[in-house]
Amino acid sequence: MNGARLAGGGGVVIPHFHKPSACLLHNGWLCFDWVRQHWGDTLQPDLIQHIKLTLLAVGIGFVIAFALALLGFRFRLLNPPLGLFTDFLYTIPSLALFVLLIPVTGPTVTTIEIALVSYTLFILYRNILTGLSAVPADVLESARGMGLTRTQTFMRVELPLAAPAILAGLRVATVSTISIGTVAALLIAYGLGQPIFDALQTPDIFRTELVVAGGLAILLALVADGLLALVARALTPWSRLR
Amino acid sequence: MPTEAAELVFDEATKVYPGREGAAVHELSLTVPAGEICVLVGPSGGGKTTALKLVNRLIPLTSGDIRIDGASILELDVVELRRSIGYVIQQVGLFPHYTVEGNIGVVPRLYGESRSWIKTRSAELLELVGLDQSYAKRFPAQLSGGERQRVGLARALAANPPLMLMDEPFGAIDPIVRTRLQDEFLRLHREVRKTVVFVTHDIDEAIKVGDRIAILREGGRLAQYDTPERILDRPVDEFVADFVGRDRALKALALRTLGELKLGDGAGDGLPRLPGETTLRDALALLVAERQDALVVTDADGASLGVVTREDLLR
Repeated sequence: MNGARLAGGGGVVIPHFHKPSACLLHNGWLCFDWVRQHWGDTLQPDLIQHIKLTLLAVGIGFVIAFALALLGFRFRLLNPPLGLFTDFLYTIPSLALFVLLIPVTGPTVTTIEIALVSYTLFILYRNILTGLSAVPADVLESARGMGLTRTQTFMRVELPLAAPAILAGLRVATVSTISIGTVAALLIAYGLGQPIFDALQTPDIFRTELVVAGGLAILLALVADGLLALVARALTPWSRLR
Repeated sequence: MPTEAAELVFDEATKVYPGREGAAVHELSLTVPAGEICVLVGPSGGGKTTALKLVNRLIPLTSGDIRIDGASILELDVVELRRSIGYVIQQVGLFPHYTVEGNIGVVPRLYGESRSWIKTRSAELLELVGLDQSYAKRFPAQLSGGERQRVGLARALAANPPLMLMDEPFGAIDPIVRTRLQDEFLRLHREVRKTVVFVTHDIDEAIKVGDRIAILREGGRLAQYDTPERILDRPVDEFVADFVGRDRALKALALRTLGELKLGDGAGDGLPRLPGETTLRDALALLVAERQDALVVTDADGASLGVVTREDLLR
């Protein structure tokens, strides 16, 4: 795979320029010399790939889920079939979905994105629709009575009031996409799943790489969740009042 | 933006809900003169709220017409019509994500008013409804029920509409605050003189608030449309007499104050003293409680104006 990557044949670790540290020779859980050496050629690029993977999946998933939720909101009859559709997508095991898609899109990033987007739809569709539907009846009546048009009611009342539910959905979708995204490395060398699988494939499991790559995925999820929580606080100051 | 008060005419206004037996509002005809408060009152099923919502077309008319200053509501653009009518409902319906100022600014913004105009207007209205300026930046969740309804009233007045529709505005508020809000609403109405249609199921509220009262009976039929005095004095039939209650003579006393009576001379030493704005009902209650036959009416500073006897009260 990655040429700069350590090949862990028989547990013997051969760094390029330095003598292996005692930590590496004993396959320690967290050897900083390895992390330092391979941040630039392995960990950082994989992390960036993982962020791109997530942003694209959540972004596209949000656009599709929003469009579907609008349909389900405007035409109540469409709600059950759309809900069932996103439910169904969510129940397919991720590995199975990758394999199913290979004949169509091949072992590409596109395949992974399609699978990841499918999973975000379930969470986002539910949350957007729930948020839009939960606007109190008296608020809608006063909006109508004051002469807001349908579009104005949607833009000024329904959408902002649905924002907390939508943002909550985005948080869950983002965190779960970061997590499911690591499985994508089974298919192609992409994202933080790649160093994790590499570590697992060395005969006695390269612990440092496993711990650091796994740790980065967890950290990324925590940071993304925290950022979105901050965005929610800033956008909906009123929602914490009741 | 609209101004001044408008005359409101119901002209055989009828609402029949499809698939339901009988009319919700049956050929309702009445005129609310500009600047007056008309209270629609009656038992549930009387179609009061339906009649109210016919005016701003939240419920479409089945037949008949409603005119505001001579213009049929059917010929006006529905959105324009609603913007030109102040609308107050029991649950208030403030936008939870807007501050008080933002809520007051909803309709002015639809009219394209500037931020600074809205800020000034909001400050004016907060004062009018008796709320401190510090309320401007609060969110509805930070207000009590009574405060929310004051903001609801301010919001409805924001674009200076010639007509206000109020659907049980004080119905969800505890009795003590309700009485205060009714008093303040009447004071406010003396200042802004809008035409108001006010729905309530509470006959006491109707008598207190209304310049005229329309009593609706089951099936949305108008039983009587008159001033509170005449409704209490001369109910047209058993239904109205029943609805206003056996104590209607007492209720009538609540409509007049001591200051309106012709006062007799006399020192009135040792008699109870009451200010001129006391209602006859309260004055009578005091006489009964104190076992007295007369009382002294005073001005705001407590100076004696004259004496009133129990017979004077009941005349």
